[in-house]
Amino acid sequence: MLRLDGVVKSFGNKRAVDGVSLDVPDGQLVGVIGRSGAGKSTLLRLINRLSDPTAGRIHCDDVEITALRGRALRHWRARCAMIFQQFNLAGRLDVLTNVMMGRLNHVGTVSALLKLWSENDRAIALSALDQFDMAAMAAQRADTLSGGQQQRVAIARALVQEPDLILADEPIASLDPRNTKIVMDALLRINKHFGITVVCNLHSLDTARAYCDRLVGMAQGRIVFDGAPENLTDVVARELYGLDAGEVMDTAGTALPADGRYRPSLAIA
Amino acid sequence: MLVLTLLSGRVGEVDLAKLWTGLPRFASYFYDILPRLRSETFIADLSEWFWNLDGWLALLLDTLLVAYVGTLAGAMAGFVLCFLASANLTRSAGVRFAARRALEFCRTVPEIVFALMFVYAFGFGPLPGVLAIAIHTAGALGKQFAEVVENVDMNPVEGMVASGANYGETIRFGVVPQVLSNFVSYSLLRFEINVRGATVLGFVGAGGIGKELISAIRQFYYADVSAILLIVIATVFLIDWLTELLRHRLLSLESGG
Repeated sequence: MLRLDGVVKSFGNKRAVDGVSLDVPDGQLVGVIGRSGAGKSTLLRLINRLSDPTAGRIHCDDVEITALRGRALRHWRARCAMIFQQFNLAGRLDVLTNVMMGRLNHVGTVSALLKLWSENDRAIALSALDQFDMAAMAAQRADTLSGGQQQRVAIARALVQEPDLILADEPIASLDPRNTKIVMDALLRINKHFGITVVCNLHSLDTARAYCDRLVGMAQGRIVFDGAPENLTDVVARELYGLDAGEVMDTAGTALPADGRYRPSLAIA
Repeated sequence: MLVLTLLSGRVGEVDLAKLWTGLPRFASYFYDILPRLRSETFIADLSEWFWNLDGWLALLLDTLLVAYVGTLAGAMAGFVLCFLASANLTRSAGVRFAARRALEFCRTVPEIVFALMFVYAFGFGPLPGVLAIAIHTAGALGKQFAEVVENVDMNPVEGMVASGANYGETIRFGVVPQVLSNFVSYSLLRFEINVRGATVLGFVGAGGIGKELISAIRQFYYADVSAILLIVIATVFLIDWLTELLRHRLLSLESGG
């Protein structure tokens, strides 16, 4: 269980995240929605500790995340994998090496620096790639792939971290509708099949409604809605998005899960 | 602008009349060091001119090795320091400050000063030359490397940090793939510069062909001076050309994918 308690992050005078308190039970797929600049990305970066909060605390079970340093902090980051809008792969390295980056916390530093991966780690990485139909491209340079393919590699990297939690920061914002669906289906599968908690920032309201168990709406750094997708009425949505409401509710970027209901059909990692 | 130029010339004691009277002497020095080559005994004259070719080549090899080892050691030190000196990778202002000042120190003290100090400490031979070049190279390359590092795409770096990589791993996989070809290219350029530098370092006894050149100049062995100069120039040309070739190869590899 992830617990945020009065978390604040200021940049100068501006409060990007302004007193957010939130409980996320294990295994949920939470969609964080809101317009650009509402503080969604900052919130996820605080949880991963890519940036440090100005005030407030974050706990995961009994561990105070906001107090971690050094090795313990790196261990936490490995436990909460992050997926980015711009994929953040090392473009000049091949796909397999990029996925191996997710194993770094399970490998000694020296063997990692020399790229001496064990057979077992390689097998884990390849099987993760295979789950997203990317195994055939393992030897290609990451920057030769399309956006959708890169995001699938990034998801494979997140998965081999064996995380308890996956934070996805606008994972579909740079993708076309078909890849949007592939990526969202992948996140859904990870959540339902492996029971990994997923917290996902989304701009498109319809995608959020279709995939998430729970929606958290943010505006000006505060939480203004928290509940099941069906409770998010058009009135609330309009409040959340203001004038942009029409745009986010019927965009082409919307994707729906296959057959409405998810069916596990996956080999184990 | 013109006024400033004239003024600075005045202050710097740039004396045009002196330059004018000195020029013929400069030219006559070149004339003096020219060998006596006659067409009827050309081969014999040539072999007399380069009478000590084997010895000089051996000394030149010394100079090249001094430059090579110095460049390699300096590039390695610069490689380590450049990451610490980069604003995007090192958050601690103190570490950054220390690394930058260290690089500045290595770079601003002239090689020849280091060479003199090391000759005093370690005696004549290639070791002082290697050390002097390594220190200067570390400073110069470290600065250039740091500039390359500060321009990398930070997205992969963020991706590495977010998945729990430590500092070394982040640099190895997030940064080095982006900068390596640039680093190699700068190092090759520096090697070229260091071959010239190592020749001059020989003047103060730091090994190699320089010692031979300075003693020929001092003792007015005119033909030797021109012979040695020619050998050095030819070598520098050759290295220039080879490193250029390598660097272009590297860059085209880079853009080719």
